[in-house]
Amino acid sequence: MIQFNNVSKRYAGGLDALKNVSFELAPAEMAFLTGHSGAGKSTLLKLITLIERPTRGQAIVNNQNLSRVTRRRIPYFRRDIGIVFQDYKLLHDRTAYDNVALPLVVAGVRDKDIGRRVRAALDKVGLLKKERAYPIMLSGGEQQRVGIARAVVNKPPILLADEPTGNLDQALSDEIMDLFHDFNQVGVTVLIATHDHRQVQRLSKHVLELKHGEMINDSSPRSIS
Amino acid sequence: MISYLLRHLQVFFYTLGQLARAPIASLMTIAVIAITLALPTGLYLLIENVQRISTGLDGGAKISLFLKADVDDAAAAQLSERIHKTLEVATVEYISPKQALAEFKRLSGFGETLDTLTHNPLPPALIVQPSGTLDTPQKLDDLVKRLRANDEVDLAQLDLQWVRRLHGLLQIARRGVWLLSVSLALAVVLIIGNTIRLAVLSRREEIEVIKLVGGTNAFIRRPFLYTGLLQGAAGALTAWALVSLCLALLAGPIGAVADLYASSFRTEGLDSYGIAVLVGVGTLLGWLGSRIAVGRHLGSLEPR
Repeated sequence: MIQFNNVSKRYAGGLDALKNVSFELAPAEMAFLTGHSGAGKSTLLKLITLIERPTRGQAIVNNQNLSRVTRRRIPYFRRDIGIVFQDYKLLHDRTAYDNVALPLVVAGVRDKDIGRRVRAALDKVGLLKKERAYPIMLSGGEQQRVGIARAVVNKPPILLADEPTGNLDQALSDEIMDLFHDFNQVGVTVLIATHDHRQVQRLSKHVLELKHGEMINDSSPRSIS
Repeated sequence: MISYLLRHLQVFFYTLGQLARAPIASLMTIAVIAITLALPTGLYLLIENVQRISTGLDGGAKISLFLKADVDDAAAAQLSERIHKTLEVATVEYISPKQALAEFKRLSGFGETLDTLTHNPLPPALIVQPSGTLDTPQKLDDLVKRLRANDEVDLAQLDLQWVRRLHGLLQIARRGVWLLSVSLALAVVLIIGNTIRLAVLSRREEIEVIKLVGGTNAFIRRPFLYTGLLQGAAGALTAWALVSLCLALLAGPIGAVADLYASSFRTEGLDSYGIAVLVGVGTLLGWLGSRIAVGRHLGSLEPR
């Protein structure tokens, strides 16, 4: 589902964020991307979502060679990838409902379908009763769950998360990670960048470890879940 | 197709709502645009109205022949006869000094004062109406020269002269209005462009999120384009209202002056075609301004 072949990313100024990174995620696989701050986790996610382009190497995501996705096609490409952020990136002048509806609105989904699908997504993250709440009225964990509902509302085959539990305590982190696990169980390919080793050990999944831009560890799960 | 139109309609009303939610800012922008558009519109109307007065006079190209004071009625009649026979003229009308004084008394309002004059200072005059065959300024000038050649004639004046000069001045004024319009149109584009630029920057986060969830540039652009378009249209309508208000305020005094000149002239506002052009131009400029501003800033707002 996601395949990197010797991908490098060098920023202007000579900083090598990624060096010859290769890995592969099968469809419906779940993986953790770990490493210290500055190891290149965020850069790798940015390459997958085409926020940035690789300097060298080939990347294939969702059966599309990223170097062949033109600027004009990027929005349509991104509709197949759900993204969850550490800082949630919710729009504060809109209700939880409107935030979750955003990906459907930009994709031109019809109104009556939007209502049904937004409520299904909110129900899945357990926030159906808070659909009218504004983000400011929600706790951190609830805001992140709104963010997750937004990421999955149009049923993307790939779900990416950048430090999704970075601002949450242990109990909330467990809940959020279990949510990702649930989505993985129904066939979504999930890649989570995190340095929360407790979660990595708790769920025992495919682990990709970056250090100074190099892939130093690509280990399959110790137990098949 | 229908769902596409529906989506546009949605954005249209959404934008209207947004404008209504920030009424002061919207009204200020609209007011600035209105004043900017009202200026050339008002000048245009002024010129059109002056033009209308002068075209009314155009057909009546008459030549006034002021005769020497010692020419008496009989001599004047002879001259009149001669002109009629030898030159290309339609009519020749004789106005004796007595008639001239009577008319002057009636029109000038100096009746009582003029009665105190011991003698009539007005010369006898012939009003010559050239025949229709003299249709170029050149031919008319020739006629004036030949009329002037008569011994009895003191002064020959082509009344058309001032009309021509006025026309010339109006041409210059009209071109001036065009130049002014173009520069003020540019001002409208800049005003709207600046407003939209601030709107884009203030919604930077929202734009980034929309891009991340797969929104196209066209989708992001749409509400801004409608904002510019609506502000332009509202500004144009307000400009029309402003100009109409000014005309209404001026109509009374102008009517009074026209009455003094025994003219039925009345000021005319914009006709429906003019209103359509004004609103159309305002809308187009609004759209253009926001298109340029959004286009410039959208590229720099890639998600990070």
